[in-house]
Formats: sequence, C-alpha cells, structure tokens
Amino acid sequence: MTALEATQPGPVRELTGRRLARFRSGDLLVVIAFLVLALIVTCALIPATLAPHPPNQQEITQRLLPPSWMARGDSKHLLGTDQLGRDLFSRVIHGARISLIVGFSALLISGIVGVAIGLLAGYYRGWLDDWVMRLADVQLAIPYVLLAIAIIAVIGPSTVNVVLVLAVNGWVVYARLARGQALSLREREFIQAYRALGASDWRIVLQHILPNLLSAVIVVASLELAGIITLESSLSFLGLGIQPPTVSWGYMLADGRTYLLGGAWWVVTFPGLAITATILSINVLADWLRDVLDPRLKI
Amino acid sequence: MWRYIRRRLLLAVLTFWAVSTIVWGLLYLTGDPVAVLLAGTPAGQTDVDQLRRALGFDQPLPIQYLNFLSGAVQGDLGNSLRSGEPALLLVSRRIGFTVELALLAMTLALAVSIPVGIVSAMFRGSLTDRTLMLLSMVGQSMPIFWVGLLMIAVFAVELRWFPAGGAGGIKYLFLPAATLALYPMARIARLVRSSLVDVLNQDYILAARARGLREALVVGKHALKNAALPVVTIVGLQFGYMLGGAVITETIFGWPGIGLFTVTAIHERDFPVVQAAVVLASGMFIALNFLVDLLYGWLDPRIRFS
Repeated sequence: MTALEATQPGPVRELTGRRLARFRSGDLLVVIAFLVLALIVTCALIPATLAPHPPNQQEITQRLLPPSWMARGDSKHLLGTDQLGRDLFSRVIHGARISLIVGFSALLISGIVGVAIGLLAGYYRGWLDDWVMRLADVQLAIPYVLLAIAIIAVIGPSTVNVVLVLAVNGWVVYARLARGQALSLREREFIQAYRALGASDWRIVLQHILPNLLSAVIVVASLELAGIITLESSLSFLGLGIQPPTVSWGYMLADGRTYLLGGAWWVVTFPGLAITATILSINVLADWLRDVLDPRLKI
Repeated sequence: MWRYIRRRLLLAVLTFWAVSTIVWGLLYLTGDPVAVLLAGTPAGQTDVDQLRRALGFDQPLPIQYLNFLSGAVQGDLGNSLRSGEPALLLVSRRIGFTVELALLAMTLALAVSIPVGIVSAMFRGSLTDRTLMLLSMVGQSMPIFWVGLLMIAVFAVELRWFPAGGAGGIKYLFLPAATLALYPMARIARLVRSSLVDVLNQDYILAARARGLREALVVGKHALKNAALPVVTIVGLQFGYMLGGAVITETIFGWPGIGLFTVTAIHERDFPVVQAAVVLASGMFIALNFLVDLLYGWLDPRIRFS
C-alpha cells in the first residue's frame, strides 16, 4: 500500500568523488533495467518471431525434459519442456504479452479514473470530496487480494474481468494524489488570477492544474505497474486470472508446481524468473524516475 | 486523548459497516444472487425458486439488506452451502492458523529489516548500503508464489530440511512464514532506512552530535524514536498485505488457514464462506489499524490534537 507525503527538501548535496561513483553505479543499474524491459517488451510485441516453437505445441514423448545444458537436455529445447512436452523457452516468451497488456490496460483505466475523481473532489470540495475520500478509506481497509478473488469468483475469470478488478484496486492512489494537488493549487495566486480573468472551471482544471500533476502521476504509475503485474500473476496462479490457452506466467507456475516435488525445478523457475525480472526492472526504473522527476515525493 | 480514541473508533466501526455492505453487494454483481450461489450445479427451476424463498432473495432489496444487517450484527453471515454449518463459525475455526503464520512472518520480517535499515542508514552510500538496498529491491520484486515454490525446491526437495507442506509443529510453519515474510522484510528495511536518513538530517541530531554524543546514542536514542513513526504505520498496513499473501502462501504449502479455506470454498462455489472470510479478514485488519492509530497518537502527541 502506498502513502504519499511531501517532505521538506533536504540539505543541498555536495558533489564529492564518492557521490559521483555512487551515481555512476546507480545509473548502470538503470541502464540494465531499461535493457531488460526493452527485451520483455520486444517479446510481447513479436513473440511468434522470437520463439522457436508454438507455445501450445505438445509433444508427449518430450515431456519434462531438463534445460539443454543439463545431462538429459535436448538442444532443441533451451529451457527444457513442461509436463505436456511444450517448449518452456517459447512459453516464457509468449507469456510476456498478456502480463504487459493486462498491466498497462489496468494502469491506464485506474490512472485516468483516479485522477479525474481526485481532481473533481479536490477542486469542488464539499460533499463530493467527503464521499470520495471516505470511499478511498474504506477500500484501503479491505485486504484487496481477498476481495479480488471474491469478485472474480462471482463474475468469473477472464482477461477483461482481471483488468477491471485490478483497475478498481488502483484508482485510490491517483485520486488521493490528484485531490491533494488540486486542493493546494486552487488557492494559489496564478489559479486565482485565471479565475479572475474569467477562465471556466474546466479550463482551469485541465490546462493549469492537470499539467502540474503529471510528473507525480507518472512516478506513482510506474511504481503501481509493478504491483499490478504481481497481482495479475497471483490471480492467474490461483486459477482466477488469465485462462489457457492464453499463455501467462502465473498460470505456468501453478500448472507446473505439482512436478516440482518430482525434481522438475525448471518448470517453475523460468516463468518465475521472467516475472521477477519484469517487476525488478520496473521497480528500478520507477525509483530512478522518482529521483529525476520528483525527489520530494516519498512513497 | 479520549476524544481522539472515540473518533477513531467511530471511524473504524463505520468502515467495517461499509466493508460488510460491499461484500453483501458482491452477490448482486451479476444481477441474480441465486444464480451465483447455484452456478455449476445441475439445479432445476424448482430448486432455484426454493432456494430463493429459503434465503429470502424473493423479498424487496431493502428488506434483503436489512435482513443481512440484522443477521450480521448477531454474527450470522449465512450458512455454508456444502456443510450447512454457519459460515462465520467455519471461517473463525481456521483464523488461528493464519494469525500464527502472520505473527511469525512479521517477527521474522522485523528481526531482519530493522537492523538492515539501521545499518544502511548509518553507512549510507557505502558498498554495504548499496548491496543491502539492491537485495531488498530484489526481495520486493519476487512474486510470493514463486518465492514459496523456490523455498520448496531448495529446502524441501533438495536439502530436505523442512516438509513441503501440511500442518503440524513449528517445522511445518517455518517455510510458509519465511515466504510470507520476504516482501514486508524488503519493504520495511527500505522504509526504516529512508525514514532514519530523513531524521538524521534534522537539526536536533546535529545538536546532539555537537554535544559530543556517541553515534550509537545519537541513532539509538534520539533518531530511532522519531524514525519509528512511519514504520509503525507500514507494519499495520503490511498485516493487510499478509492477509492477502496468506491466501497464496497457504495454498502453496497446504497450511490450513483462512486463505486456503477461502480458495477451496471458491473452487467449491461455496460463496457464503467466501463472504464470511472477507468480512472476518477485513474486520481484523480494521481492528489492527485502529490499534496502530492509537499507538500513533501515543507516539506523536501532535496527531491527537489536530
């Protein structure tokens, strides 16, 4: 869960050699994260071109082959095969697509809805503001994973429903952020001046308050993306998310976990590695974005 | 202080009421609650009508809501569709397992994250700090179900130190607790560090150092107390995460807590049990955050009077 608060700007940092060295090693991490994410986005865009086999092609005689560098491995299956003889490498590549599609759709919906609600609440205040903030408090008081699986249990698992459930989870953070900014900006002199000049509320909110909010929204969105993708893969892992034949990393893990006890570690290791690499890269980039765009934002 | 407590308590009760209403409303998401309850069963029209009357779903919506409320305040959240026993009773029988799991996990998380955060903040910028923070970033990025499966692969299948699942003594509890602890551990370590760094930049710390106090005393006595505030909040919030994380951890390790029970209930389409689980878990979370609020008000008098 995320709490936002602006703090006083810290003392001016002196530029020493040690500090420079730290910046450089930090930047290297950012470059690596960027490259990893670029690779994952490429997989999501053109999986069929990159993968050596179709993701759902079964070869029962080739089931549970270990990765190719191991003793019983087959050079045709770089990361080995799963319990149905499907090529793991190809499935990991194909799995990138649904994670990113679901992640970005949910992010966009919750971001737009959340910012809109927050702006209205903060700008007009009154009963709207009271209700919106109460609702946000109530939602934060529910352990959301439990509520999410309960909702999915009623409306049924499907890609669209997963996006909806994730979007419903996400709007609160943006609403609080946008409300806080709108509340403080509406009293500022430049906004008062526009109002005195006769600008409409719409114009003030869209052209003068919203732009002031964007960098903070981008930072929060990048941090939220990691959480959304984690939650999607968790739901898929429980069988309440993305359904086969669509390949998703979470479902691959759930599917393969029975074979773990038999020693087939690769079936669960590689999809999990893919999720972790994605989330780690997003987290590193989000941290960096915050430092660059809005260092006062403490999350 | 009493006014503060009263206001917080009122807020907690209102929140709980709102949460219960939302959970009640879930059944109506698809339009017909009876269809949700009977989905996947070969029920004929007479069965549907019978259940509709038996559960009061044939009455006007406001009456249904009042029936739900009057039942809920008496601890009646409906009966399990499988066993016919009260859903709340079934769920509360399992809650002890989850509490046990969450408490051990939180103890593990705090025991590691607080020292790590302090060391990182005291030697910020050093190689130690960077390594620890990179590690915590990795820990924060690993999905919990993957952590659990890796734990099983390494400690149960390869090394055979712990059982892969089930319930029994402490040795069954260790792997699930370690799994559940990883995310809060990473999260709290980063927060302790950033919060302590903030405090160490304040003037009163400079004053303490100028008086010639030893660094251990400056950090341990003067800085930590103020740095603890955000940490207390996040510990409360992380328990909420744990209630969710327990769903996955318990599923992986077959730990018979409220999470595994809920997932099983979903697969058996026993919806009253699912509802009872969400209400009970939310109630615990709200109560816990109420306690955190009290602790907060006690730690920081400015909050009580605002």
